[in-house]
Amino acid sequence: MINFEYIKPNSIKAAVKAHTKEKSASFIAGGTNLVDLMKKGVESPTRLIDINGLPLKQISSDNEGIRIGALSLNSDLAEHETVKEKYPLLSMALLAGASPQLRNMATVGGNILQRTRCLYFYDATLPCNKRNPGSGCAAIGGYNRMHAIFGTSNQCIAVHPSDMCVALSALDASVTLNGAKTNRTLTLQQFLRLPGDEPELDNQLQKGELITEVSVPSNDFNKYHYVKIRDRASYAFALVSVAVAMQTNGKTIQKIQLAMGGVAHQPWRLTAVEKMLAGKQMNRENFEIAATLAMEGARGFGQNNFKIKMGKAAVLEALLKAAGI
Amino acid sequence: MDTSQHNNSRRNFLKKTTALATLAIAGQVIAKAGEKDEQIAALFEKMPLQLEVNGKPYQLSVEPRTSLLDFLRETLKLTGTKKGCDHGQCGACTVHVDGRRINACLSLAIMNNGKKITTIEGIAKGNQLHPMQEAFIKHDGFQCGYCTPGQIMSAIACVKEGNAGSPEQIRECMSGNICRCGAYPNIVDAIMDVKKGGQVI
Repeated sequence: MINFEYIKPNSIKAAVKAHTKEKSASFIAGGTNLVDLMKKGVESPTRLIDINGLPLKQISSDNEGIRIGALSLNSDLAEHETVKEKYPLLSMALLAGASPQLRNMATVGGNILQRTRCLYFYDATLPCNKRNPGSGCAAIGGYNRMHAIFGTSNQCIAVHPSDMCVALSALDASVTLNGAKTNRTLTLQQFLRLPGDEPELDNQLQKGELITEVSVPSNDFNKYHYVKIRDRASYAFALVSVAVAMQTNGKTIQKIQLAMGGVAHQPWRLTAVEKMLAGKQMNRENFEIAATLAMEGARGFGQNNFKIKMGKAAVLEALLKAAGI
Repeated sequence: MDTSQHNNSRRNFLKKTTALATLAIAGQVIAKAGEKDEQIAALFEKMPLQLEVNGKPYQLSVEPRTSLLDFLRETLKLTGTKKGCDHGQCGACTVHVDGRRINACLSLAIMNNGKKITTIEGIAKGNQLHPMQEAFIKHDGFQCGYCTPGQIMSAIACVKEGNAGSPEQIRECMSGNICRCGAYPNIVDAIMDVKKGGQVI
């Protein structure tokens, strides 16, 4: 790892300024992904801005929803009473991610900004359009078992590795960004982008911008489930995951929101399925139709073709489990 | 990220300025300037760090890029904490920071300024082993022993967090610690034993 300048500002303004003034600067919070990337030479900031001194750890809730400071730890958020009670889907997804040690370090903001675990992105000796734009995508036609089946481009087929973001997407979460001149709020779905022709950009973050808060609107969902399928029982990235939140009245689905993980460059919202299931009865037949619909437009790249079949099964399982069938 | 473009301007700046100064003062020693400049630059690149490890306060200086793991092992010579993968995948480097378990390999030492660290060296009371150490011996919770310090630090946290209620729960909460010898069943037994013993740990 090359050495770098380390600073620890005590205000958001100072942190943003320090980032804006240095060409190659990075914010660091938990460091669980960034330090690893720096060891591998994938990232080599000349200035590291430690934001752990900033007042961004609070979690507060009211009738409108829950506001989560960007520095809240994944472990604290998963165990937070309000989250467990009113947003259990978020807690389930958080606990399905990483290991207890990592959850004690990783922050909410960092979880959103974590980079893909595509092997070619991580190996600085191989082509990767995300790491080195224009060098090509070695995963297309290469080892792509973990890769995307939705929203891919001919430049990148990487997936966003987060579990937390899949639940946040299903729950319509928003991200607040603090910049040098203005602050803005985007939905998580807008914030995390698809690769397109600029796979080097994971999200909409501009130079100097800092995630300060994640908010989840309140809801009337009464049934939830998070399914995560991975290569071992715990502590592995998702091959496929599904987050589902349902508002039901008797057997009738009044409202339903779903997102998939491990299948795209961003959490993959299943809007067509949501429309199809609204007003329908909770039963296996409807859920099977929904699961088939969920995989429409999916495209495999060889080694990851299995994800299309697995994705369908995971959506069905998530729906059945959430419904208690 | 283009690594070839990385800007180590401070080091270069120091090199240039000290080289000029050396040239002005004594041209004959310029041959040695490069070596000296490296030392001067390294000195400038270190930052003060104050923390407590196993109850003992330390006031030292570190390069910002030093991981907590390397700081413990190389600077403090506390080699009980092991370097397995160095990428947060194996858990061999598990230590407690302010009472919570983390992977020391992914934490920069400088980011632990003012914190209290506990390593495997800090859990016994004199010659009296920690109950978790006793349990690992009793249940043969290791073979080669390399992952054991991390396993024990994680196991203590697992009980303290209240996640040692059943073998299933223990397996989940110990998933961040890999044992390639496969001592898992005995590790679970050791943790269950400590949990059932009900000692304050």
